[in-house]
Amino acid sequence: MKDTTLVVAGIMTLSAGTFAFRLAGPALRRRLAFPPWAEHLLEAAAVVMLAALVAITALTEGHGFSGLARPAGVLAGGVLAWRKAPFLVVVIGAAGTAAVLRLLGVH
Amino acid sequence: MSSIYRTLAGGVRRDIALTCLAVWFIGLSYGAIAVASGFPLWVPAVQSVLVLAGASEFLFIGIVGAGGSAIAAALAGLLVNARHVPYGLALPDVTGRGWRRMLGGHVMNDESVAFALAQDDLPRKRAAYWACGLGVLICWPGGAILGALAGSLIKDTSAFGLDAMFPAVLLALIVPALQDRVTFRAAVAGAVIALAAAPFLPAGLPVLLALAGVLGLIRRRAPR
Repeated sequence: MKDTTLVVAGIMTLSAGTFAFRLAGPALRRRLAFPPWAEHLLEAAAVVMLAALVAITALTEGHGFSGLARPAGVLAGGVLAWRKAPFLVVVIGAAGTAAVLRLLGVH
Repeated sequence: MSSIYRTLAGGVRRDIALTCLAVWFIGLSYGAIAVASGFPLWVPAVQSVLVLAGASEFLFIGIVGAGGSAIAAALAGLLVNARHVPYGLALPDVTGRGWRRMLGGHVMNDESVAFALAQDDLPRKRAAYWACGLGVLICWPGGAILGALAGSLIKDTSAFGLDAMFPAVLLALIVPALQDRVTFRAAVAGAVIALAAAPFLPAGLPVLLALAGVLGLIRRRAPR
């Protein structure tokens, strides 16, 4: 492998920094009082970020387009969830749609 | 533990178990890819326990495996993980008090946050967060270590459509919150901003930029 000491330093930096990020939010909320409308806004902000994460992980690979199969699978899962299908059906439906499309040669 | 179990309805428990299974599968491919990129077993094993954030770990392995600097890879990973700060701002009361705060903070991830947001009241939010967080804490390293041992067994998860699972799980969990029209509009705006930025900006930044989609809500909700 590459220089082991450097890799260990990298892993320690990444884990310590990530842990600090995870503690920062609750720590800030303990020190600052937010009015109810702002608390509601913070919760909506988390939903907005998750929605963006869905779009990014469904549609992109690196800096480019992921191909059609994956977003088509996620879209199928989204429609199933919208129609209140059980969670298992949503997840299997998404993976199944992407897998079948790839089997048919759509990537 | 038993109170977490009792607080959650059977359906939610099953959904969390299924999500953890999906995380385990992705862990398998992560461990296999790490070993195939020339890393010894301990690298995915230690990262999966201490970092416990899949996307940043894949990125770290990818950058260092391609000959990049480990410190640059760590900084790139931190950029990807900065979204945990707004996550914690949204859900300050689920991570617990005292010594639990440390473990409760560590198990914060996309899935546990999405499950917590999808519940109606604080006891259920807290129970769903901990159940999913602890489940991922077991399944992600478990999958990564097994994948590293099994090597090239399951490297190409896309053949089974497994790559569509992670976004579909998150989408299913936020669908109820998106029924609110104002939140829906902000989410669409955020997703469009993130997608427009993705070709140009380093990983992690586009998702943070999506927070600009919330600005429209501030005008609407702030007292005049």
